[in-house]
Amino acid sequence: MPAISRDEVAHLARLARLAVTEEELDTFASQLGVILESVAKVGEVAAGDIPPTSHAVPLTNVFRADEVRPGLTQREALAAAPAVEENRFRVPRILGEEQ
Amino acid sequence: MSNPVSDEITRSTAAELAERIHRREVSAVEVTQAHLDRIAGVDPEINAFLHVDGTGALAAAEAVDAALASGEAPASPLAGVPLALKDILTTKGVPTTCGSRMLEGWLPPYDATVTRRLREAGVVVLGKTNMDEFAMGSSTENSAYGVTRNPWDRDRIPGGSGGGSSASLAAFEAPLAIGTDTGGSIRQPGAVTGTVGVKPTYGGVSRYGLVAFSSSLDQAGPCARTVLDAALLHEVIGGHDPLDSTSIDAPVPPVVAAARQGASGDLTGVRVGVVTQFAGEGYQPGVLRSFDAAVQLLAELGAEIVEVSCPHFDYAMGAYYLIAPSECSSNLARFDAMRYGLRVGDDGARLSAEEVMSLTREAGFGPEVKRRIMIGTHALSSGYYDAYYGQAQKVRTLIARDFAAAYEKVDVLVSPTTPTTAFRIGERVDDPLAMYLADLCTIPANLAGNAAMSVPSGLSDEDGLPVGLQVMAPAQADDRMYRVSAAFEVARDAAQGGPLIHRVPDLAVTA
Amino acid sequence: MSALVDLMDYDDVLATYDPVLGLEVHVELSTNTKMFCGCPTDFGGEPNTQVCPTCLGLPGALPVVNGKAVESAIRIGLALNCQIAEWCRFARKNYFYPDQPKNFQTSQYDEPIAFDGYLDVVLEDGETFRVDIERAHMEEDTGKSLHVGGATGRIHGAAHSLLDYNRAGVPLIEIVTKPIVGAGERAPEVARAYVSALRDLLRALDVSDVRMDQGSLRCDANVSLMPKGGDTFGTRTETKNVNSLRSVERAVRFEMSRQGAVLSGGGSIVQETRHFDESSGSTSAGRRKETSEDYRYFPEPDLVPVAPSREWVEELRGTLPELPWERRRRIQQEWDLSDAEMRDLLNAGAVDLIAATVEAGASSAEARSWWVSYLLQQANLRGEELAALPITPVQVARVIELVTTGTLTNKLARQAVDGVLAGEGEPDEVVAARGLKVVSDESALRTAVEAALAANPDVAEKIRGGKVQAAGAIVGAVMKATKGQADAKRVRELVIEAVSA
Repeated sequence: MPAISRDEVAHLARLARLAVTEEELDTFASQLGVILESVAKVGEVAAGDIPPTSHAVPLTNVFRADEVRPGLTQREALAAAPAVEENRFRVPRILGEEQ
Repeated sequence: MSNPVSDEITRSTAAELAERIHRREVSAVEVTQAHLDRIAGVDPEINAFLHVDGTGALAAAEAVDAALASGEAPASPLAGVPLALKDILTTKGVPTTCGSRMLEGWLPPYDATVTRRLREAGVVVLGKTNMDEFAMGSSTENSAYGVTRNPWDRDRIPGGSGGGSSASLAAFEAPLAIGTDTGGSIRQPGAVTGTVGVKPTYGGVSRYGLVAFSSSLDQAGPCARTVLDAALLHEVIGGHDPLDSTSIDAPVPPVVAAARQGASGDLTGVRVGVVTQFAGEGYQPGVLRSFDAAVQLLAELGAEIVEVSCPHFDYAMGAYYLIAPSECSSNLARFDAMRYGLRVGDDGARLSAEEVMSLTREAGFGPEVKRRIMIGTHALSSGYYDAYYGQAQKVRTLIARDFAAAYEKVDVLVSPTTPTTAFRIGERVDDPLAMYLADLCTIPANLAGNAAMSVPSGLSDEDGLPVGLQVMAPAQADDRMYRVSAAFEVARDAAQGGPLIHRVPDLAVTA
Repeated sequence: MSALVDLMDYDDVLATYDPVLGLEVHVELSTNTKMFCGCPTDFGGEPNTQVCPTCLGLPGALPVVNGKAVESAIRIGLALNCQIAEWCRFARKNYFYPDQPKNFQTSQYDEPIAFDGYLDVVLEDGETFRVDIERAHMEEDTGKSLHVGGATGRIHGAAHSLLDYNRAGVPLIEIVTKPIVGAGERAPEVARAYVSALRDLLRALDVSDVRMDQGSLRCDANVSLMPKGGDTFGTRTETKNVNSLRSVERAVRFEMSRQGAVLSGGGSIVQETRHFDESSGSTSAGRRKETSEDYRYFPEPDLVPVAPSREWVEELRGTLPELPWERRRRIQQEWDLSDAEMRDLLNAGAVDLIAATVEAGASSAEARSWWVSYLLQQANLRGEELAALPITPVQVARVIELVTTGTLTNKLARQAVDGVLAGEGEPDEVVAARGLKVVSDESALRTAVEAALAANPDVAEKIRGGKVQAAGAIVGAVMKATKGQADAKRVRELVIEAVSA
């Protein structure tokens, strides 16, 4: 894989909600390029029909009974909130649409 | 100024302290106070702790003493023994920062399962230890709260990410600690501080309340100064947890029995595999010499030494630095200034939630965390997924197969824990790839979900710093590596004239 | 609003284009607890009181799958004639949004638990239209935002927002159709009928409240047009916020007309999310995204795969109830109804109530008569759905029984029902409290008849003189005297008897 451009880094930062500075864009572009070049080595392995491993444990069907368990109180839930109004988390105005 | 009585306490092993507390020769409060005093004396220099909970610790110790006084049996073999907890495990009402500005001042409303089990076992939690931010790093230099210094040489790093936990052991601030290991964050700090660090089988210790870095790799485990102490702690924190879907529903392997058996010093019939991939370029000669001597010692104990090749281990680093950042980019998305933690830029009107999220994440995360989030975001993007994340998961399968093939021939595998001894603070901060090399030997066990531990093998002859021997075992066979490590520990002490940890230089204690 | 949008005459649209629909329905399961944690799912709780570290996305918290939700998902899949996956995983759908505590939604991506099914939908005229099902997968709901400031309480123009995470993590099943082609002019009707049939099905399965008004069943409608006779789909829009069956139909119809106007005017359709406005019946474009969404799906590492054994799947197949359309066919036959009569019952929402009343012992004719006449009138007077009346089928069956056994007349029975509706208790309690029993004591009746005849000698005379119809006045007087609790027919007999004696 080729090195990563400044624009691509800016795009990644947007996707990841990181308001990176202009200076960081340069630093990250070069660092990410080096790292990606190094990790791209995985592409050398012929692994066409090898099944991917997403989990390190060979478990399936781990289910919970549909029984109510005590959760947090309203006070506990809201205790760490940067802002609270009417027992809800108060957040700045939302621009985007719901998904 | 050191106090001989409290020195004697703080230099004891956890097993010794537990025995004396349970016989009521010394109280848990005295033991706790001795450690709190030690922390007060040396931690300004070491910076192993981000938060010391003296009140909570003494209250827990008092409860243990009261129970013993009323004739109750100890809640566990470690009841009354103090412990240092990595600041990545949640503690109800006690700060948990993960070494990040993002969580400065956050008081979790719940205990991690590990925390709860420690409390129920009567283990006294002294406080929370320093770490690389969100466990990303190999030196603790990525902590937002300053670097932790290696007690062996305070100009050097204590390893990472769990440098605080390991340094607290080497500085005799605590006899036990908890770490978490995603790519080596328990074992590599153990190696460079001359302490024991264990990454149990994935699923062996609950991850509930462990702030996730890379969910499919993270594993909490015990840190101690002796193999037996680590085993005792392993049995306290291990076992099935219905709150963690990836927790293995089976009894904890008999690690304490294995450690005791190993201490007899006989390894006759045990087959030990030396992984040929872990040598050569990038390895410090003194580390390799210490490793060779360790293998020699194992042979003398009766072990059969076999060379084993695991060809896909060469790709482990690449796979790891795709999988871990990918998962981290998703796991760390929740730090968005909406429900808890830092919020930057909310002027009440002008800036939107989206902007406040971005400004907060920019201000709250350090450079290494940002780098990994961006690498992970990239690796999961459409158009790149197959080449990066998908391919890394296939390599992961191949690495697991290499292990499986090796374990058909041998009982355990050994290697150096990390290619070099502790490097100097600042030496690798601007070179992420050089930093990543510290985890070269530890990563494969995480990718396969196997068990692995580091036990000190001695001091490197060129710089006099500790070297770690990594002992690996198949999933759910953690007891095997404890047996081998315990046998090695006894032989090493005999060969080297006493416990390695006693050779840590004295630290000036501030009065 | 709609005045600003250019619309094409519906018939003109159909003359030029073929509509293609795709419907995505989100169903909240009525499990006791959330998808991945033990918090309750009750609707309407105090804000942020049904939350825990897991559904609040606190650092360190982990999900554990609700087994009952998986069971419901499989049953829904089976009822929709789907294949059930032998092995599937959850996946993370990554996007930042404040109503989503983890900033990823735990969902399923390319491995849904159920896939490749169909639902046969019966249209108004009795014709059946088969809607193919692409997939049904499990996921979790988001929290709820309240937008403060700004004129409308809507997101645009709001100064800030308030978040309640009680709904975050409630189990959802998303059911996605394959493209629905060939519906032609009936596309809006097919869309409505599909959602309606799906709602009935889910209700019969007892897996969801299916309340569109409370959001436990939500529909997104994808609409596109392609030139008549073509085979390449046009660009589609996705209309959200379609919260009633009627809205589904209106939204599809509106989009067809809107898109027809755009396309025939030489424009092109923008792939976008649109919002349906109930009051104007129109759709409007959402805010355009600056970059195309990339959800970066990957397998959820905190959850292990779901691998339902074939034995389990077959066991669940055995729990499927009689499906609504099969039941309807059976009932129509058993009750001996014409198609029109059956449709009236369905429209009145009376079928289940009548069936339950029959179940409780009433004859189908009596049960039907009560529900579609007197009770339907009462419901209309109250402006309520029939099912919302505070009387149960068992209570109605009891009233019918009291009439059959002669304890109540039909008139008294209506009073008994009024009492139940007024909250006065069970039918027997109302009868006792209001003293509604038929006066069947013959001697008391005779006394009342004698008294009435004595009080109206002229009327008595008329009857004697052969004017039998004059007896009505005496019967009326007796009924008045007995407060209507006498059997009028018997009273009449007694009057004739007394006069002729």
